[in-house]
Amino acid sequence: MLFYLLRRFALAGLMLFGLICLTFTIANIAPADPAVLAAGPDAGRSQIEQARREYGLDKPLPAQFLRYVSDLAHGEFGRSVASGRSVGRDLARYFPATLELCLLAMTIGLVFGISLGMLSALFKDRWLDHVTRIFAVSGIALPPFWFGLLLQLGFAVWLGWLPTSGRIGVSTEPGEPITGLLLVDAVLRGDGALFNQSLSYILLPALVLSLPCLASILRVNRSEMVEALRADYITAARAHGVSPWRLVTVHALKNAMLPTLAIIGLRWGWMMSSTVLVETVFDWPGIGLYAVSSAIAGDFKPVMGVTLIVGLNFMLVNLVVDLLYGVLDPRLRDA
Amino acid sequence: MAASRRMRLAAWHFRRSFASSLGLGLVTAIVLLALLGPWIVPYPDHAAGSVNLTGKLQSPSAAHWFGTDEVGNDILTRVIIGARLSLLVGIGITFAAAAIGVPLGILAGTAGGRVREVIMRLTDLFLSVPGLVLAIALVAALGPGIVNAMIALVLVWWPGYVRLAESKALSIREEPFIESARVAGAPSLRILWRHVLPNSISPIIVKMSMDIGQAILAVASLGFIGLGAKPPTPEWGR
Repeated sequence: MLFYLLRRFALAGLMLFGLICLTFTIANIAPADPAVLAAGPDAGRSQIEQARREYGLDKPLPAQFLRYVSDLAHGEFGRSVASGRSVGRDLARYFPATLELCLLAMTIGLVFGISLGMLSALFKDRWLDHVTRIFAVSGIALPPFWFGLLLQLGFAVWLGWLPTSGRIGVSTEPGEPITGLLLVDAVLRGDGALFNQSLSYILLPALVLSLPCLASILRVNRSEMVEALRADYITAARAHGVSPWRLVTVHALKNAMLPTLAIIGLRWGWMMSSTVLVETVFDWPGIGLYAVSSAIAGDFKPVMGVTLIVGLNFMLVNLVVDLLYGVLDPRLRDA
Repeated sequence: MAASRRMRLAAWHFRRSFASSLGLGLVTAIVLLALLGPWIVPYPDHAAGSVNLTGKLQSPSAAHWFGTDEVGNDILTRVIIGARLSLLVGIGITFAAAAIGVPLGILAGTAGGRVREVIMRLTDLFLSVPGLVLAIALVAALGPGIVNAMIALVLVWWPGYVRLAESKALSIREEPFIESARVAGAPSLRILWRHVLPNSISPIIVKMSMDIGQAILAVASLGFIGLGAKPPTPEWGR
């Protein structure tokens, strides 16, 4: 078990190093001269040269790389050219919004995906099964931005039940952040009104983001459950008089969970991708919207910062999934 | 003779399956629309982006089946013309990604050792950042535009093919017919080209057919957030 853990952590460390190399390379293939970008739009030649020295851009590439790594180690992501603000601080401000959105979407996906998948397997080839399967196919096939626009039109414009976009009303003061996740903060403070309001804002984007994830969890869970329910150990357990409820939720589900876990790891990365689109549609102030608005403005450092944060996040989630694998399946610990 | 019988059997199976017939019909219809686009659209000059503010934002009607957009262009026209670019870009990205990924994957799977280690770690690296985010970073580095969006998506897409081709090549490498080819003195390039590639091609084609749709969606996504085709050019993300 210890060896398994060590191997996983060593691999994650290697990946982190590779990720830093990747962002550094992308930053250096840019046709624009970074010194010109850093000096600003109307800088003269002497100011450009000064910026070049100041940022160490006159040094050879390996030296620049070392400087980049040590800056990152100090949590320094550079400065945005457009706003002059520190990218690290901006990321700290925008990341919780994205995290909140993705966590809620993943929770919706997991709860409904697993329970519907289970029901679908139990009622295999009956109408419930067919309905959920059609639902699953459409969930994977719909482009997220299109579905988002549709929901906005339906629930916000026509019915007027939910707000169209944003994270919170303009006149609402969410207070000093505790965790940065508005829903959690509202619960911690016992502020029911704030909770309801932020729930009304997050509901549509979270639904859009969760649908493809829900659909793929449902599909995998259904097929794994069908497989598990047919297995010999289920027949054996039934012969021993295990109650049907326990049979399904403990014996079969635990064995069906392994591939589902793998899907969660993959889907989390996918979510971090499509949150860019969903945040653009719903004007959600997270890192996706931050990356898009910076990329359109040609502002480079924020985009690299977001890439690093997303990559790091994806890596951590996959590390956790790998560790959970070891917990769920003892055979893997020796592998 | 045997080949023609096999083809007839395949065609028969194909016709029997409602899903494949429906799929073929839809694909043919869309490709035909895209090919004939410039000659059949009702308002050809709207494709390049004209301004006609008196007829802007109309609901669907007999004159404009899908309505008009915010500068008065007929949306049906732009959807059909946009299909040309979207299809082309989707197919182009998929083929380019496969052209990079498949040879690397087959090389990694058959060569083994250090070559395999380097190729696969590089692949893992590109897969460690979610695709769209990496594509945005690349577009930000190269500058927005449809060509740069395509380059970025190809760079994001090839690792998937390496993975697939490598796993196929790994399993084929152990087959007896590879061993006998080697014993017969076939050079390794010939073994790769004549024996390994044909036997690993079918899952790759399946993946490519699915990826064309995904690539169209990805280009549309980049276009939607403003990093793809420039506004007057019609494309499905806009």
